[in-house]
Amino acid sequence: MTPTNLDPARAQRLEAKDLHAYYGESHVLQGVSLHVEPGEIVALLGRNGAGKTTILRSIMGAHVRRTGSISYGSQELIGLAQHLVPRLGIAYVPEERGIFASLSVDENLVLPPAFQAGGIGVDEIHCMFPNLKGRGRTPGTWLSGGEQQMLAIARVLRTGARFILLDEPTEGLAPIVVDQITAAMLELKEKGFTVLLVEQHFDVATALADRFYVVEKGRITDELHRHELESRRDHLHKSLGL
Amino acid sequence: MTMTVLTEISLSLLYGQILVGLINGAFYALMCLGLSLVFGMLRIINFAHGAQYMLGALVAYLLLGRLGVGYWISLLLAPTIVGLFGAAIEAGFLRRLRGHDPLYGLLLTFGLALMIEGGVLHWFGSGGQPYPVPDALKGGTRLPFMYLPTYRAWVVGVSLAMCLVLWLIIEHTKLGSYLRAATENPVLVRSFGLNVPLMLTVTYGVGAALAAFAGVLAAPIYGVSYSMGSGLLIVVFAAIVIGGMDSILGATLTGLALGLIEGLTKVFYPPAASVIVFAVMIAVLTVRPQGLFGREE
Repeated sequence: MTPTNLDPARAQRLEAKDLHAYYGESHVLQGVSLHVEPGEIVALLGRNGAGKTTILRSIMGAHVRRTGSISYGSQELIGLAQHLVPRLGIAYVPEERGIFASLSVDENLVLPPAFQAGGIGVDEIHCMFPNLKGRGRTPGTWLSGGEQQMLAIARVLRTGARFILLDEPTEGLAPIVVDQITAAMLELKEKGFTVLLVEQHFDVATALADRFYVVEKGRITDELHRHELESRRDHLHKSLGL
Repeated sequence: MTMTVLTEISLSLLYGQILVGLINGAFYALMCLGLSLVFGMLRIINFAHGAQYMLGALVAYLLLGRLGVGYWISLLLAPTIVGLFGAAIEAGFLRRLRGHDPLYGLLLTFGLALMIEGGVLHWFGSGGQPYPVPDALKGGTRLPFMYLPTYRAWVVGVSLAMCLVLWLIIEHTKLGSYLRAATENPVLVRSFGLNVPLMLTVTYGVGAALAAFAGVLAAPIYGVSYSMGSGLLIVVFAAIVIGGMDSILGATLTGLALGLIEGLTKVFYPPAASVIVFAVMIAVLTVRPQGLFGREE
């Protein structure tokens, strides 16, 4: 078993231009433009209902109607059938985790097909998330919230995806579990995964991300780099209502 | 002396009705399996399931009468034809209703059932057409208390074997894990790169094929008539409600059990035989609204 080290260059640049998204009649994203470079971890910050989750869903084409442009490398994602997006190496870990009750832990883990070579093997996943080891036959939803989150992350690592959309991975978890998840995400960063992250815990987001976008009322209102955090902390706290 | 005669009569009646109950139960189980599979994946109550059962019998009847194709080939060919027809219905019509109120799917399949049954009534008449028992399954065995026709034993055996095989596929294979996952959260399964719309089309086709398979099995027992599916379907709906709409295994077992309960009611209190299914449904839903094997919402 050799630890997987991903070549960051195998992820592509993601760029959204003038992205609008709708749930039915409701116009949620109103002209979002952002980009994520290969190997980068980018966090979306903003209050509840600002449209952060919708940005991730728009990239996957799940639940929403979209206009504008989202490109991944040279591939335009808007208009692409939803089930073809993951085949480009983009994986999605939803906010509600999406662990299947009628599937065992192992079945949940191996459910997403590996479309790209070089995914992380099950043994290495068990090293990263020891809680999942030996629990294979347990129904997925019998795991604790933190374990379900680990399983939700673990199962997309198997697929060979290089670009991961992570929605609120630490939501509703006890502080010690938040630390475990944060450590796992730092490991992903070291391995060279590209991540677009929605994170309510400001400390977790600042520990992980290279760059931040502030989302307000369906628009990007601010962008800052990691090194600008200190100087603009007060301003940021005010716009996030922290 | 008189007592012995009475006991013998009632015992043979009892065994006879258990057999009838098992046969009906086997048909119910096959029908429930297809119906709950389709409901789980498509969230559509497939009112055309009875018509698809009848189409299976009709296709077998036509294959025999027009082309001389016998029972054994029809047992595979008729479900294949009806299954492809079902897949075309899904891809052509049901798919367009996705995202709308599930009631539209129910209405569409109900209308479809009326059209199919009306068409068959128009072209083939209301009288039932006989379908011969295949030579290899003619005859029967004399058991201590009853005569067991070979064909009926075959129907019970093959139906239950089919249910078992499908259950194993659903519970213990990779394909089955895709089905279970897509039943719970189709959008997420699609975001893992699986072609869920195709899975839905195939599932509806398989559901229709299962109904047709039951129809071919039924043809030598009940004959072929335009209305053969509609009576059956009512009991099958009751069975999946009792078993729990989201439990394929529960619905299938309940189908089998209801057949037996009906048969036994005919022995012990014949007037109640036609309503016992609904009495059971009322009793179960009063205590467990989600059905015997259903998950609480």
